[in-house]
Amino acid sequence: MQTPTDRKYAETHEWHKLDGDVLTLGLTQFAVDELTDITYVQMNDVGSAVEAGGNVGEVESVKTTSDVYCVVGGEVIEVNGELEDSPELLNSDPFEAGWLIKIRVSDAAGMDGLMDAEAYEKSCGN
Amino acid sequence: MTQTFMEPGMSKTTDQKSNIARRSDRPVEPTIFEKDSPGLRAIDLPALDVPRSELPEDLLGKGPSWPAIGQLQVVRHYTHLSQRNFGLDGEFYPLGSCTMKYNPRINEWAASLPGFLHAHPLQNDRDIQGLLELVWNTQQFLAEIGGLPAVSCQPAAGAHGEYTALKVICAYFKDHGQSQRTVVLAPDTAHGTNPASCAMCGASVVAVKTTQGYTDIADLKRIIAEQGPDNIAAFMITNPNTAGLFDAEITKIAEVIHAIGALVYLDGANMNAVLGKTRPGDFGADAMHYNTHKTFSTPHGCGGPGWGPIAVADFLEPYLPTPRVIKNDDGSFSLSTDHPRSIGKVRSFIGQIGVAVRCYTYIRACGPDGLTNIAEQAVLNANYIAAKLCDVYEMPYFDAALGKFCAHEFVTVPRRLLDQGVSLLDIVKRLIDYGIHPPTMHWPVHDCLMAEPTETESLQVLDHFCDAMLAIAQEIESDPESIKNAPEDATICRADEVGAARKPVLVWPEG
Repeated sequence: MQTPTDRKYAETHEWHKLDGDVLTLGLTQFAVDELTDITYVQMNDVGSAVEAGGNVGEVESVKTTSDVYCVVGGEVIEVNGELEDSPELLNSDPFEAGWLIKIRVSDAAGMDGLMDAEAYEKSCGN
Repeated sequence: MTQTFMEPGMSKTTDQKSNIARRSDRPVEPTIFEKDSPGLRAIDLPALDVPRSELPEDLLGKGPSWPAIGQLQVVRHYTHLSQRNFGLDGEFYPLGSCTMKYNPRINEWAASLPGFLHAHPLQNDRDIQGLLELVWNTQQFLAEIGGLPAVSCQPAAGAHGEYTALKVICAYFKDHGQSQRTVVLAPDTAHGTNPASCAMCGASVVAVKTTQGYTDIADLKRIIAEQGPDNIAAFMITNPNTAGLFDAEITKIAEVIHAIGALVYLDGANMNAVLGKTRPGDFGADAMHYNTHKTFSTPHGCGGPGWGPIAVADFLEPYLPTPRVIKNDDGSFSLSTDHPRSIGKVRSFIGQIGVAVRCYTYIRACGPDGLTNIAEQAVLNANYIAAKLCDVYEMPYFDAALGKFCAHEFVTVPRRLLDQGVSLLDIVKRLIDYGIHPPTMHWPVHDCLMAEPTETESLQVLDHFCDAMLAIAQEIESDPESIKNAPEDATICRADEVGAARKPVLVWPEG
């Protein structure tokens, strides 16, 4: 598994990439492999508030539906519209083209509790 | 199946629009719209014998594009569809958690008796005494079986029963000045309906950890402290639980819950396994629902018509829904609405009577000894299979040597087979070739199969299932690829589930 080192990881398998005050969030390869084929992605609306540690949307696969969590607080500024018609992007390229949501961060404290790539891989049993 | 003649519209070519892969020599049954045969009709309407009245212009539309089709073609269409259905009446159906047991035909006889079949919900009480007596008697049976004295027959399904009982519990706390109790606890393996019912009642749900399939009492205590004991309304538990295990700590759990003034709710989904053996009221439950389709052989409604009666402790009785069936001093029966603390109606009239008749018939036909025997046989059957398969299919909760047995269903996580490069789906699809319906997958734990043989299957069927499972394991050992295209012998082999979910065709004709 190639886990990018330019971002941090939550136990709930979301990657968090902070650039200035904008956070981009997505699911890890491990997460999408476990979910199997993603069929539907529903993220919270642009403009809605995000509570640190709160739910920002859900991802549905043929196997299950999973909530997506975000450790920072702020406001949704963009969701990945490509996923509406092509949810399979999340399976094929979860770390880049399959990003889920962008958030303007007002409370970044939660980032401190995240794992780096190496610790995350270890937590997945690799 | 050999199809000699083709119905109009029946095609042997692959239908590109549908998300299915199928064998080319097996015809797919077209939709009834594709069987449109102008000139045919299914029934002749009698001649108009009243003056014709023209509809206002603004109410006229194009009308639905219904097919013209003859009665015989309608019958054949639905017969074809039913022949493609994989059902309990044809094959073994060990779907875990669903209790796909046989529904004795005598239930249908009773439900078809004209007095039940033709009763109208608005009939006067005195004209439906037999029906009311049956409902009243059923209430007595359900009270005795559950060990909880007050029963409501109104809820229309198990989940509706959960909702109704939670409403009753909320009303009880409100009446006792404790309306702050809005937190409901449930194990992390709870049925999805539990949190859904809580949400519908305005309660929030907190999941309690399970260890080896059982409720973790230490975690339960931790959550109680964290949430505040005075904020907790109830603990919802299924027992035997969703992993197919009887939680013998249930009385301890109930003590913990009662000590903080909260109530225990028993999800009765798995009552089949404990009938006549133990009673929720005896192991600490204050309220429960029955899934009569699982426990008392009423039809699996797939959304209706269903029935989910609830039984509650005495102190909750005032809050049960109305109208209620009561027995008068003179021995007659009537419907009563004079219960000022009742939560009111949760369904029209008194409930799903046709299902109640089937449930009553089953209970009477089995009798107390028969019901006890159901639990014994259901548990024996599941453990028999588990014991025969456990060397090949790893079972996290079953180990006969350690005295770890399952209740009425077992869970396997066949790690060694999955490591050969096959998926759970490959394994269960292959079962179809052996004439067996796939068990439940990926629930209640990751990468698992959960199978429930029920008490109604014979030793021969159980052995056939074991043989099939072991033969599939052999096939995987020698060539994992060999089962990737299973089932080989079905009208539809593998549905394109991903395509169906991503690009569903929801209307016909398209567009």
